[in-house]
Amino acid sequence: MKLTHLLTSAALALGLATTAVAQDKTKVGFIYVGPIGDGGWTYEHDKGRLAIEEHFGDQVETVYQESVPEGADAERAITQMALQGADLIFTTSFGFMEPTVAVAEKFPNVKFEHATGYKTLPNLSTYSARFYEGRAVQGHIAGKMTKSNIVGYIASFPIPEVIRGINAAYLHAKKVNPEIEFKIIWAYTWFDPAKEADAATALIEQGADVILQHTDSTAPQAAAEKAGNVITFGQASDMAEYKPLPRVSSIIDNWSPYYIARTQAVIDGTWESQQVWQGIDKGMVEIGEITDAVPADVKDEALALKQAMAEGEYHPFTGPINRQDGSAWLAEGEVADDGTLLGMDFYVEGISGQIPN
Amino acid sequence: MLKLEKRPQPSRLWTWVTPLLAVVITMLAGGALFAALGKDPVEAIATIFWQPLFGEFAFYYRPQLLIKGAPLILIAIGLSLGFRAGIWNIGAEGQYIVGALTGAGVGLAFYPTESVLIFPLMVLAGALGGWAWAMIPAVLKLRFGTNEILVSLMLVYVAEQLLAAMALGPMKNPEGMGFPGSRNLRQYESAHNAELITGTGMHWGVVAAFIAVIFAYVLLTRHSLGYHIRLTGQAPRAARFAGVRPARLVLVCLGTAGALAGLAGMFEVSGPAGQVSIDFNVGYGFTAIIVAFLGRLHPLGILLAGLLMALTYIGGEIAQSNMGLPAAAIQLFQGMLLFFLLAVDVLTNYRIRLARREVA
Repeated sequence: MKLTHLLTSAALALGLATTAVAQDKTKVGFIYVGPIGDGGWTYEHDKGRLAIEEHFGDQVETVYQESVPEGADAERAITQMALQGADLIFTTSFGFMEPTVAVAEKFPNVKFEHATGYKTLPNLSTYSARFYEGRAVQGHIAGKMTKSNIVGYIASFPIPEVIRGINAAYLHAKKVNPEIEFKIIWAYTWFDPAKEADAATALIEQGADVILQHTDSTAPQAAAEKAGNVITFGQASDMAEYKPLPRVSSIIDNWSPYYIARTQAVIDGTWESQQVWQGIDKGMVEIGEITDAVPADVKDEALALKQAMAEGEYHPFTGPINRQDGSAWLAEGEVADDGTLLGMDFYVEGISGQIPN
Repeated sequence: MLKLEKRPQPSRLWTWVTPLLAVVITMLAGGALFAALGKDPVEAIATIFWQPLFGEFAFYYRPQLLIKGAPLILIAIGLSLGFRAGIWNIGAEGQYIVGALTGAGVGLAFYPTESVLIFPLMVLAGALGGWAWAMIPAVLKLRFGTNEILVSLMLVYVAEQLLAAMALGPMKNPEGMGFPGSRNLRQYESAHNAELITGTGMHWGVVAAFIAVIFAYVLLTRHSLGYHIRLTGQAPRAARFAGVRPARLVLVCLGTAGALAGLAGMFEVSGPAGQVSIDFNVGYGFTAIIVAFLGRLHPLGILLAGLLMALTYIGGEIAQSNMGLPAAAIQLFQGMLLFFLLAVDVLTNYRIRLARREVA
């Protein structure tokens, strides 16, 4: 048992050593949960990869694997990249957390970066974006624009990130439109155009004239365009092809600055494990162009809200806010702490329905 | 002019040659596909078939072949019994999920007690879970004459919802900060389906797959039940005269397939996957259908087909990562395998004759 174990580690080390010598380029790997052409989440991560290539040129080589299932297959995909001599590996979905941890433990000399998770190691960082800041802007526009007072929300999985987005959007819609009602459909997928289109259609049939989505395809945009008089927002990517209607704005994840900075850190030998959560201020979250379909005053308010968050003057979760059951969460003027936000598993007051479990 | 002539009996030779022929044609067509994508076809095919076995990092990939192949083989063996008798269980994916849930459920229920009895109990629970899920289409078929293809397939979607509910609810890791997914069973020694010999990929699921192959071989060649299964598939009327009770056969075939799929799920969740998560299932139950047919519904054939399928998965991943081939191209490549197998199958039952054009 011991001997074989030693042999394996030796072989692993050898594999690493030979590849490390064979190349002087820094190799950066990406593990994607969807296809790079999804037009949303993975598409933006891949734009970050291309930005690395453009920024560093011949200094850096990038590799990627798309549509990697979350689970045992991910572990092999990540291991395979580490074996092939990657110096830095980004795993870009929450479901890659356990596999990334398992591989990172086996390859202490390779640096790992896991998006949206919470487990770290000396050679494993986590990074995520404060998408909820973008949701606040969306909520504001949605609350102002809706005529039926019903906002449809295509949610993916009931994890804190998604729940946080629903809460942020709801709070800011409610602020400008007390009559607002949210209808939420859980699609249990990050990317499935057929399911997303079905969900959008169902929400529109229930009277929603605004569709917010936490899934990555443009199918809901297409469904809204077909239905007419429904507005949507680009998710993860600008989804500009649906401008000016139904898409009136978008949340864009801009990973490029972060990816370039972390690659630079590996090249310089200054990389350290960290937990990063950046928002509009650092440019990781961008608000896509607000089209002319939105009245000028609403657009100005939305941009002011964005500006206030960028400058740190305003936090989307500022009290008084109660939980769904009516119990107090944040007192007047109190701002939510990151710990609670990161583990958020409750709706705020006013949202009907249950978080599935 | 070419003419197809039905053989009096399916050709034994072609039965075994067609899978190989299908592999070769797939390589050619796949090579053309890769070339059309602007990649070197020879390098791509070599990457897929050579790298995992003999490449630089084969020491890592060879064990992975077992890990990836074992659930496919285990499930395909179970399916093949039913397929031979004309009982179409399409829902192995669901039975796989439920087996994983019941198996993991037992393990999680005992957390953090350490005992050597926990793992055997989980194995039992996994098999029972899969069996019970397969009994639903079986009983419905016998009582109400429902179609087992539809019912077993529909139950896959039910099982997926059940899986999501478990990962988000009762089985959610209490220390997971509200994130979905159970505790990691790999960090719970009594429930961990660990490698039996480090670095070999050999875990209990692989052992179970090999046992299933041997068991199925003996059953089909030596046991009267195996004879009944074969007979029912070949000549249902004759089987009835021979005293085969169709109802019993439905229960046995679906039950065995379910139990084996459940076992596969249980070994996967406690080993390679490690946790109950929303996306736990990745289609083994469906791919196993291809494996069963590629292996000619024969235990040894299935063993080889399962390993071949695992090879295309792992080699395909390497080709993706090293050569930048799109994932869809690899899936297409795998799909071609079944497509060409079905296409060349015609040679088993027909022979090609040169026929002279008749003058009208």
